[in-house]
Amino acid sequence: MVARVLPTREDVLAILDGVKDPEVPVLSVRELGIVRDVAIDAEGAVIVTVTPTYSGCPAIQVIEDDIIAALHAAGIVDVRMMTTYAPAWTTDWIAPEARAKLKAYGIAPPGRAETGGLVQLMRARAAVQCPYCESFDTEERSEFGSTACKSVQWCRRCGQPFEGFKAI
Amino acid sequence: MTSPVRPPPREEPNALFEFLLRLGDDRLVLGSRMSEWCGHGPILEEDIATSNVALDLLGQATMFLRLAGEVEGKGRDEDALAYFREAVEYRCCQLVELPKGDFAFTIARQFLFDVYAVVTLDALSRSANADLAAIATKSLKEAKYHVRHSGEWMLKLGDGTDESHRRVQRALDALWRFTPELFAADEIDRAMQAAGVAPDIAALRIEWERLVRDVVDSATLTVPHEVPRLASTRGGRTGAHTEHLGHLLAEMQSVARSHPGATW
Repeated sequence: MVARVLPTREDVLAILDGVKDPEVPVLSVRELGIVRDVAIDAEGAVIVTVTPTYSGCPAIQVIEDDIIAALHAAGIVDVRMMTTYAPAWTTDWIAPEARAKLKAYGIAPPGRAETGGLVQLMRARAAVQCPYCESFDTEERSEFGSTACKSVQWCRRCGQPFEGFKAI
Repeated sequence: MTSPVRPPPREEPNALFEFLLRLGDDRLVLGSRMSEWCGHGPILEEDIATSNVALDLLGQATMFLRLAGEVEGKGRDEDALAYFREAVEYRCCQLVELPKGDFAFTIARQFLFDVYAVVTLDALSRSANADLAAIATKSLKEAKYHVRHSGEWMLKLGDGTDESHRRVQRALDALWRFTPELFAADEIDRAMQAAGVAPDIAALRIEWERLVRDVVDSATLTVPHEVPRLASTRGGRTGAHTEHLGHLLAEMQSVARSHPGATW
């Protein structure tokens, strides 16, 4: 009888590095901060705890399915998914290397998450840098874009519309 | 002589369950109303914005109703609560049930609700109930950009053309009488306040009105002076709804009820 080799936490994390976000396929679910914890219990079951980005993000189900499929493909069959809401997801968790990947992909990376008053209209916004020509002479056309996490930006210098990753 | 029949013991109402239904149902119903703009927005950016806001509200409703189902402990999940309750079992306020009207009406209603959302979620983020506090903290991040969207439109419409001003003022006048219900605390709210789960709902009205008036004044609009008397100021919270909710639910629930348990 061959003893089953239990996966290590590092094995699992390495596999999750290969699971990309379906809507921002240049970043992994770990780089986005969606994976909050990985634990392995005494029987070798892998428990992956995730947090949703936006509460209505339709991708979260796909992300969970993709994580399970990737672990299954690596021979890890006993996988349990858990969801947590605290601490609330923030774009501040996206590391500098991941921000560089976003920019190279044509999405302006997020600034610092906003804090402050409950009702902030016409806020003074730090200019978003155009990921194509690097100009800061840009304007926000709409805070709502193709997905919940992105806004629609416009570069006055090169005339290129582009997406910005919203700071939240 | 027949022996006296003892009535069955009245079930202790679960105040936390009821309280969570109010939070979830407000967002489920308003999210459904907002989604009616999908494909019908006045401009492409607004079509996308209203659909995004709707999606956020439905996501928040999912979290609140899922927790409500767990608290109730009868095996009902968020889908069971959304699709298999009758209108009288819904606990949303009447404000969110009203038909979407024109774009000015949609924006004015959304603005009044969004300000209500930020002040209540901010307080609930400090709830003694950790699950509720986590959901409120997450939802507050979204409510803050929702109110920026609706608030900036209040400024554009109010301080825009004569026609846009007239329409958004008409909407405010029509909506104002539905706002006292938001702050009419009842025994559920008082139980939640006593348990440290919720703030003094009635006291939140001061902050709400200050924030609303700030924007309404800047938009050159007028807050209606008189609040017409309502038959009940907390109708929706106890299951008394406008005629509009039943129609909304009939459409929303029809597929789930025709094909129970269906997945896709």
